[in-house]
Amino acid sequence: MSFFDDPQVRRNVDRLPIDFDDYGFDRFGLSKKALIRAYSPMAYMYRHYLKVTAFGLENVPAQGRALVIANHSGGLGADAAMIFTSLLLNDDAPRLGQGMAEYFLTRAPFARPALSKVGHLTGIPEHGEQLLADERLVVVFPEGARGAGKLYKDRYKLVRFGTGFMRLALKMDTPIIPCAFIGGEESFPQLFHIKWLARLVKGPFVPVAPQLIFFPLPVACQIYYGAPMRFEGDGSEPDHVIQTYIEEVRHAMERLISTGLDARPHPFMLQRMPGPDKERAP
Amino acid sequence: MKILITGISGTLARGVAYRLTRRGYRVIGIDRRPWPDVPEGVEMHQADIRKRPAEDVFRISRPDALIHMATVTHFTTDTEERYRINLGGTRKLFEYCHEYGVKQAVFVGRHTVYGATPDSPLYHTEDEPPLAGAAFKELADLVAADLYAGSALWRWPELNTAVLRLCYFLGPSRGGTLAGFLSKKRVPLVLGFDPLYQLMHEWDAEEAITLAVEKQLRGVFNVAGPPPVLLSTVCEATGRRAIPIPEPLYPAVLGRFGFPYLPDDAIAHVKYPIVIDNKAFIEATGFQPRYTAKQTMEGFRWH
Repeated sequence: MSFFDDPQVRRNVDRLPIDFDDYGFDRFGLSKKALIRAYSPMAYMYRHYLKVTAFGLENVPAQGRALVIANHSGGLGADAAMIFTSLLLNDDAPRLGQGMAEYFLTRAPFARPALSKVGHLTGIPEHGEQLLADERLVVVFPEGARGAGKLYKDRYKLVRFGTGFMRLALKMDTPIIPCAFIGGEESFPQLFHIKWLARLVKGPFVPVAPQLIFFPLPVACQIYYGAPMRFEGDGSEPDHVIQTYIEEVRHAMERLISTGLDARPHPFMLQRMPGPDKERAP
Repeated sequence: MKILITGISGTLARGVAYRLTRRGYRVIGIDRRPWPDVPEGVEMHQADIRKRPAEDVFRISRPDALIHMATVTHFTTDTEERYRINLGGTRKLFEYCHEYGVKQAVFVGRHTVYGATPDSPLYHTEDEPPLAGAAFKELADLVAADLYAGSALWRWPELNTAVLRLCYFLGPSRGGTLAGFLSKKRVPLVLGFDPLYQLMHEWDAEEAITLAVEKQLRGVFNVAGPPPVLLSTVCEATGRRAIPIPEPLYPAVLGRFGFPYLPDDAIAHVKYPIVIDNKAFIEATGFQPRYTAKQTMEGFRWH
């Protein structure tokens, strides 16, 4: 056992419902070895630093296509990392969440191969369709970078959703699992953004938080998965129909968020919240 | 049935010719290059596809089908000549097909016509436009030839036209684009990039082309075998040494220090993947590759 080779991660990677070739890669360039290397430190962070508790993992299907739709927060993508980790560390039915990466990341050297080796492809609709057609679990943050870069004063307010995920779900006949991440805003409370630096590095934003480094504070986080939602249609519906569907998902997420906010004794709690201890099984 | 193969002296085309003769077809070949040990049952004409003797082959031999493999790449031919052969030649051949009552035409093209860009999707389908010409001018003539061949579908509907977009192949002949890239012990990668490469065994590629004629295929089809593998895996499995080179230095090392030569624009094809979806071809022909990526690459090991 080591920091980069966690036994639970290794065991669950071997159980993933994904076909790997002779070299340990899947048809999208996902690497078993890279998964273990990347998820092992994330599992440590999940258990001991951000002390994440996941609720409602039984809502995530053991196999087959599904879309997890989550709120984005905390600037750094730590929320995304912890959501992916909770899905993999679910011993009842480990799944690999595959994200849709920001364009600026998939153009960059090193970032591109690093992301695609752990299953995150460029965020274009074709990739969503291809992954779902291959019965994968796709994780989408419909707020996009707008959501991740929300300032602390706007915490847990959902910003405008993109419509792509709903058209994707309808076209690919895929259930939507609403998801709320709690604690992201407190672990990296964004005070303001440095706009000129963002332009310089061609990123969406450069946030500044009280800790002054790009690393979250050790605030205990929680993840809530809601019951799967299914919508009728084929993805060619006019925008106003799509918008009403999206509103339903948004409401489901808002309910999960307020449940989560109410459940914690205070925002900056450092103790792990007791939960259905499934994801921490040895 | 008489089948005419243009560019028959090429590595892949010879294999297709062998396959067809073994199955009892009469094979006629045209190429500027000689094929000294041409097998029995293959009628070889050493001629240029744009010249009179090539038309005479159509007029006299009256082939039932054409497999057009007489296209050239930037590896061997300069720009002007490439346009003459790839576009001018393709146009002439399709006109002959129409004029001399050929029933089936198969254009063997390349999957690289889709182009490699950071935001392009994996698993290109045939309805996507081939965009390679925009970023890689040495491929523009092949993109145009591919589209021109496809236009025969509406231009001459009575001619059954199939355009094949074939992925990279590797095999004992050591011919082809990817084999050229792997021709030396050291292979130049771009530092910080490791794209998926789609390759199939040469013999599977030959079988796929043969099937396209036998099944009287019509339309545009991606042809690929096993799922793609990372370029670093290709290097490892073929016993090459992958040398990552920082992007600004990349053009300067090509053709030097024991690295193969590539045009500047080819760098995108070393940074980003071109992966094609072969579902339509498999559905139409029942094609099943016999060799896995592992077998194909290990057969191509450096000794």
